Amino acid sequence: MSTTYVVRDSMTMLRRNLRHLSRYPSLALMLLAVPIVFLLMFVYVFGGTLGAGLPVDGGGTRADYLTYLVPGIWIMTVASVANGTAVSVAIDRTGGMFARFRTMDIARVSVLTGHVLGAVTRTLLALSVMIVFALLLGFRSDAGFVGWLGAAGLVLLLAFSFTWLTVAMGLAAGSIETASNTPLVLMVLPFVSSGFVPTEQMPAGLRHFAEHQPFTPIIETLRALTAGTPVGHEGWIAVGWCTVIGVTGYLWARRQFARVPVR
Amino acid sequence: MTTAETSPPVPPAGPVHAAIEIVGLRKSFGDHQVLDGVDLAVPAGSVYALLGPNGAGKTTLVNILSTLLTADAGELRVAGHDVRREPARIRSTIGVTGQFSAIDLFLTGRENLRLMADLTHLDRATAARDVAGLLERFDLADAADRRALTWSGGMQRRLDLAMTLITRPRLIFLDEPTTGLDPRSRREVWQVVREQVADGVTVLLTTQYLEEADALADRVGVLDAGRLVAEGTPAELKARVPGDSTNLDDVFLALTGHAPLSATPDARPEATQEVTAR
Repeated sequence: MSTTYVVRDSMTMLRRNLRHLSRYPSLALMLLAVPIVFLLMFVYVFGGTLGAGLPVDGGGTRADYLTYLVPGIWIMTVASVANGTAVSVAIDRTGGMFARFRTMDIARVSVLTGHVLGAVTRTLLALSVMIVFALLLGFRSDAGFVGWLGAAGLVLLLAFSFTWLTVAMGLAAGSIETASNTPLVLMVLPFVSSGFVPTEQMPAGLRHFAEHQPFTPIIETLRALTAGTPVGHEGWIAVGWCTVIGVTGYLWARRQFARVPVR
Repeated sequence: MTTAETSPPVPPAGPVHAAIEIVGLRKSFGDHQVLDGVDLAVPAGSVYALLGPNGAGKTTLVNILSTLLTADAGELRVAGHDVRREPARIRSTIGVTGQFSAIDLFLTGRENLRLMADLTHLDRATAARDVAGLLERFDLADAADRRALTWSGGMQRRLDLAMTLITRPRLIFLDEPTTGLDPRSRREVWQVVREQVADGVTVLLTTQYLEEADALADRVGVLDAGRLVAEGTPAELKARVPGDSTNLDDVFLALTGHAPLSATPDARPEATQEVTAR
C-alpha cells in the first residue's frame, strides 16, 4: 500500500467523519453541554464559597474561582469530546462498517486515523467555543503568545492521546452503551484532581491520589501556561502522562481493531 | 455496470485459476468445529450456492474466503491468490454483502456509494457516473439524498449491494442476500446476480432456500454441520429428493438422512465470535 493511498484513504475517512459532525451538530452540542453546565454551576452556585477558600491573600472571590476553574473545564471538554469518539467507533464496529472496510483493499490504518483526525478536529472546535465562553464569563489571561502556544500544544497532545484511548475503548466495548459508559472515568477523574479545588485541602490519602493522577499535572500545566506563570517540572510530567496515555491507547486500539467481530 | 476505466485485477499469467479453490478447510471456535474439512472449487464466471441451515458454517466459510477470518487448516486460493499470504490482492478483487446491511446510516445513500467509490480510488467523473447509475439501477434515486437511517430495511439491503458493486469486484460473496426480503426485492437481487454473471463475475452465495439455489446457481453445495454432504447441479440435487418438494427440511432429510439442526443461538457461533485478522 503506497503512502499516497494511505493519505488519500485517510482523507476520505476524515471527510466521512466530519460529514457526520455537520449532519448531527446536536450530538456535538450535547458533548459541549457537559463542560458548559459544570462551568456555570461551579462558578455561580459554588464559586463564591469555593473562591473564598482559594489560597489568595484575604480570601478569593467568585472571579478568582473562575480563573482557577477554567483550565480544568477545558481539559474536561477534551474528555467529553473523547467520550463521543468511543461511541462513534462502537457504532462502526457493531454496525458492520469496520468489517466492510476490512474486506476492501484500502490502507487499514486510514479507518482509525479518520476517526482520530475527526475527533481532534471536533475537540479543537469544542475548545474554541469553551474559550470564548470563558472569556464571556470574565476569564482573563496574563499569558503572552508563547504561553498560549504552549497551551495549544498541550491541549492538542492531550486531544490525540485521549482520542486514541477512547478509540480503543469504543473498539473494546461489546455494545454502544458500554462504549458510552467506559470513558466516563475521564469525566470523573478531574473532580479528584486540582481541577476544581486545590489538593492541599483534601484528606491525606485522597490528596496523595489527586496529586499523582494524570489530570493534576496536566491541569496545573495548562493553568500556569494560560496564567503566564512558570510551569516548572509539572510540564514534563504532563507531557509524559499524555504520551503514555496516547501510546497505550494507540497500541490497544491497534490490537482491538484486528479483532473486530464479523457480524 | 459501466466500462471499467482501469482494468480489473487479473490473476497472474499461467494456467487459468478457478475463482475459488478450497482443500481441507477446517475452522473451529473453541471446541466447536464449525468447518470440518471442506473441499470446494468454483470456476470463474459461475454461480455457486452454498445451501444449509443456520449454524452449518456458511457465514464462517464466506468470512474466511473474504479474509475476515483465518482458517485453522486448509489450502485456500481466491482469484488465484493464497488467502493467507496475499489477502490484499484478494481484497482488491472481491466484494462482500452480508445478511445485515453494513452501511453508514448517518450518510445519505449517495454519500455511502461515493465513500466506496473514493476508497476504490475511482476518479471523480467515473465515480459520479457509477453512483448515479447504481442509484437508478437499484431504484434508490428518489431517496438518494436522504440519510440511510430513514430508509426501509429493503432499501438499506439494496444500498449495501450497490456499495459492493461500485467497487467493481470480479468475485462477489453474497451471504444470505435475500433472507428477510420480500419476494419482489428477492427477484430484484436475483436479477442483479444474473447481470453480474453475464459480465463474467463469479458469485458465491449462501442461502437457506433451495428455490434460490435452483434459480441462480450452476452448482450447489449442501453444507451440514461444517461438512459438504452433497454437491452437484440443482437438477442433480433435486433428483435426489423424493417428490417435488423444494422445502429445505425435505432436501436435507433426503441428502443427509437427518433434519437440519435447529437455529439456536449456540448453533451460530460465528455470529458472536471475535476474530483475529492478519
